[in-house]
Amino acid sequence: MSFKKPVFLVCVAACYLSGCSSIKPWIKPYERYNLAEPVMAFDRHPVDASYMNHAFQARESARGAEGGAGGGCGCN
Amino acid sequence: MVVVATRDLQRHSVLPFLLLGFLCLLISPQGNAVVLPEDRSDAMYHLYTGGGVDIDGPSILVRKQVLEEVSVSANYYIDSITSASIDVETYASPYTEERTEYKFGADYLRNKTLMSVNYTQSDENDFEAKTWSFGLSQDFFGDLTTLTMGYARGDDTVGRRDSDFAEDVDRHNYSVGFSQVLTRNMLANLSLNIITDEGYLNNPYRRVRYLDGNGGQQFQEEVYPRTRTSTAIAARTANYFSNKAGLHTEFRYFQDTWDIQAFNVQAKYLYPMSLPFYVFDQATFEISARYYDQTQAEFYADLFPFVNAQNFMARDKEMSTFSNYALGVGIDWDFVAGFVEKGSVSLHYTFRHYDYENFRDARLSLGEDPQFAPGEEPFYDYSASVVRLFVSVWY
Repeated sequence: MSFKKPVFLVCVAACYLSGCSSIKPWIKPYERYNLAEPVMAFDRHPVDASYMNHAFQARESARGAEGGAGGGCGCN
Repeated sequence: MVVVATRDLQRHSVLPFLLLGFLCLLISPQGNAVVLPEDRSDAMYHLYTGGGVDIDGPSILVRKQVLEEVSVSANYYIDSITSASIDVETYASPYTEERTEYKFGADYLRNKTLMSVNYTQSDENDFEAKTWSFGLSQDFFGDLTTLTMGYARGDDTVGRRDSDFAEDVDRHNYSVGFSQVLTRNMLANLSLNIITDEGYLNNPYRRVRYLDGNGGQQFQEEVYPRTRTSTAIAARTANYFSNKAGLHTEFRYFQDTWDIQAFNVQAKYLYPMSLPFYVFDQATFEISARYYDQTQAEFYADLFPFVNAQNFMARDKEMSTFSNYALGVGIDWDFVAGFVEKGSVSLHYTFRHYDYENFRDARLSLGEDPQFAPGEEPFYDYSASVVRLFVSVWY
């Protein structure tokens, strides 16, 4: 099926990435203060985001891939 | 007879790939900075009004760390519904009902990996949904990248208020997400979500209409395929500006085995500023805009040429070709109080407008003095308002 290929590639990439321990992060921890600002959070208000996703999904055929998936800034 | 076929469904074919990928990450020597969610509580009142439908109610979320590596959460949510929508006015009677939802979750931090388990139960007098979900999250590349994976299993029971009708729906939901630090001021996120459904997927109250051969129209029950698989891919960015503002963007593409394709684009701008008030001395203003567009399901028609014209038939307006836009404004007032670490009071408003391209207002061709012949009514459109008022505290 059409969606199998991208999923497979993503997982293969994850396997390769797990072995790349020598790669240095290009943004140092002390350079991430802007990323830690509340206005940068993908999911500032979980209760509101959950409600709005529900309110959109109930009136549209599209579903899934709503909201942010994790942080990633390493600044918590 | 027109025949519409659904494509084959291979429900579990992607799961081994997802598990393989995440297992590779679990044995990785990297991984750092994954933390438990913040302790916080939110109490919200929500209101949706438009298109003859009024829905309001509370939502209360409580999250607390209970052990050094465990955080638990609970969410209580109610929809109180009064509906006289176009569907109800076309072939049914206005009604009121209530939906209650409970959600319980736990997050466990172990070896730099965050594992989450959630259970959600939603109850209405004609619909019951139970969902178990499991998620994994891990940072790597010096915490510049976060990978998340999730699986959810849903078990629904569809009923009718006026009979003992009951049918089951089995749902599987697979998700993968990447978040990436791109620069000192920019984050990006990619997510993929595949959902499969099997069972009774109709709304049991909805009807299709067809020409009766005498210039009039009749109604019959919808018939949907019993399987559906959908794929959604989304890309998001968050950008930080020198004036301390944030800009969020989103693009999402969707397609499913019913031949529906959709996309939406969204932008949200957030601007924090100081206020000359003793307690409420900080606020964040927010404006947002969203546009959504979809094509119809292959078995959708506004007016079928005769009874039982296809083996699958839908006239649900959510299955038609349509677009909508949403414009939102909001404000969060931050406050400090002795008993909590911080808090905020938020008021958000969103205006929406829906334009249907092949769903006509059939109310205008019904009754003793119809204004239009069936199939010649104007296309339907409506506007709605969505209000959320909530208080959040962190402790």
